Amino acid sequence: MLLGGMAATAATVLLKQSSGQVVQTALSGNRLLLHDPTKVLGPMPSQLGSRSPYEQPLRKPTDTSSRTPLQDLYGTITPSDLHFERHHGGIPAIDPQRYELLIHGMVERPTVFTLADLKRFPSLSRIFFLECSGNFRSGKEKMTPQDICGLTSQSEWTGVLLSTLFREVGIHPKATWFLAEGSDAAVMTRSIPVNKALEDGMIAFAQNGEALRPAQGYPARLLLPGWEGNTSVKWIRRIEVSDQPFMTREETSKYTEQVGDKVRQFSFVMDARSVITFPTYPAVVQKGWIEIRGIAWSGRGKIAKVEISTDAGKTWQPAQLGGPVLDKAHTAFRYLWLWDGKATEIMSRAVDETGYTQPTLAQLKKARGNNMGGYHLNSIIAWQIKSDGSVLLVPENTR
Amino acid sequence: MYLRKNLPQQLATGRLLPLCLLVLLAVGCAQKKDDAQPLANKQLPSRFGFGRPATAAQIAAVDIDVRPDGQGLPPGSGTVPEGRAIYATKCASCHGATGVEGPYNRLVSSDTSRAKAIGNYWPYATTLFDYIRRAMPFNAPGSLSNDEVYHLTAYLLHANGLVAADIEMNAANLPKVVMPAEDLFFPDDRTGGAEIR
Ligand code: HEC
Repeated sequence: MLLGGMAATAATVLLKQSSGQVVQTALSGNRLLLHDPTKVLGPMPSQLGSRSPYEQPLRKPTDTSSRTPLQDLYGTITPSDLHFERHHGGIPAIDPQRYELLIHGMVERPTVFTLADLKRFPSLSRIFFLECSGNFRSGKEKMTPQDICGLTSQSEWTGVLLSTLFREVGIHPKATWFLAEGSDAAVMTRSIPVNKALEDGMIAFAQNGEALRPAQGYPARLLLPGWEGNTSVKWIRRIEVSDQPFMTREETSKYTEQVGDKVRQFSFVMDARSVITFPTYPAVVQKGWIEIRGIAWSGRGKIAKVEISTDAGKTWQPAQLGGPVLDKAHTAFRYLWLWDGKATEIMSRAVDETGYTQPTLAQLKKARGNNMGGYHLNSIIAWQIKSDGSVLLVPENTR
Repeated sequence: MYLRKNLPQQLATGRLLPLCLLVLLAVGCAQKKDDAQPLANKQLPSRFGFGRPATAAQIAAVDIDVRPDGQGLPPGSGTVPEGRAIYATKCASCHGATGVEGPYNRLVSSDTSRAKAIGNYWPYATTLFDYIRRAMPFNAPGSLSNDEVYHLTAYLLHANGLVAADIEMNAANLPKVVMPAEDLFFPDDRTGGAEIR
């Protein structure tokens, strides 16, 4: 019996499940009287924690993906069970005891690594966002940040650097590309420049302090910081080093975008972007002080600043960034706004350390043409604040 | 700010030394960028000796990729009529009787529609073989024999007007199929900075 969204009226009791685990459960109505927490002995320590029954943030799944509830989160780390999903052949069941990563091709020593082998190498933990390059929906007023761009999440990833592994197998000096292949039903493949591997690519086996979640590539995945999510091949089973790209389906038929009459390929980096997460639909706000909050990120490095407009884009003020501002990471921003109660539009725009400023959709269309498709759409997102305090998306048409 | 005014003087007197050290350290850390490099490679042993050598058989068992130059294509061959028959039983339910109807991805392009499909958007014919072999049919991935994949590749390329009806598709001629879309593709030209692309 879980009653979410009834925080105002519900009380909480403890139930012992058949498994022996004690959980908090909400009750409502006349049983409220029972519930003075100072008069009831609380649950004793347990092996595994759980969320308060009053808090039930959920992903929003479709057939091919599920979206992170950005508007329900705080700070910048995405709880692992709310990390967005995008997979092309479902989640494979992989026994970690039998897992192997093969590295071959233009290397001196083709090698098979078990999971235990990978964990023996020097490892590191770093915080990065991971975003699907098809992360933009619009067209309706009643859309949440989750609906619009919930295909981005952030974790602390732990793993071994690819540069360490490539050194171990003796990568050929003339090697320029490698194929990364997953062991899912899609046997997902992408070609990746060796330079990215040497710069900051890693094979990650943990996320937010524990082993990867199955949906995130358990037991091991490629992780390419700041690059479109599809390149960070999950459930990685094989790396083939080469001197040319393999031109797989996911880098030709998909994950390419029309620019004018041409098609841009290997557009790996996620350009700078920001999204307000409060106030957004379906929030209703009141006249007076409002803290506008959100996240900003760039695949090219650090966020340099985020600017807020509360007058439909006429003027812009700097927002405060939550530090430390990390490379290729969701960065929290906030801006204190005194709302006079008149209808207006609010929006945010990110600027990264390369000097790139988050564009409008019109700017993207001007640069790419009207047939630009659905990848790498990082335009400014605007919200209507109605005089009754309701908040609605300013819908846009990508075509 | 007040520091800046007196900077030369303070530097000269050494009063600023501790501060300088702090700044240097901070700058050093920021520039290093790299907690990404837990150990500079020169500090790593040249080899750890972890993992075990891969045998030729181990590699062959999973090395299924096919490059545009044809490397990786297996022996075998296929024809359009046989491909058409296999398509009808194993593919049409999801991609439509003629490859345009769906419900899933359209596979056959036409002169009259701009809708993306193999004939007007795929830059390399080898990709088709590679993808069908690794991922299709969606509900029974990896179930096709190499010959079946050659048949289907021949059929779908023919349906897109790219090869003749009597072709016998194999490892030698598949990489030579000219794909009209190849010329459309260009590598990423976004570089950060002020320009929107
Ligand atoms: C059960 C449904 C189903 C069946 C049966 C099926 N497919 Fe697919 N096919 C899909 C789906 C879904 C996708 C898209 C997968 C993705 O995007 O990850 C797809 C994608 C493709 C693509 C890539 C299309 C593109 O635009 O990139 C090709 C080619 C293809 N299928 C060929 C085949 C062939 C050949 C067969 C028969 C052997 C087949 N399919 C059977 C569902 C199916």
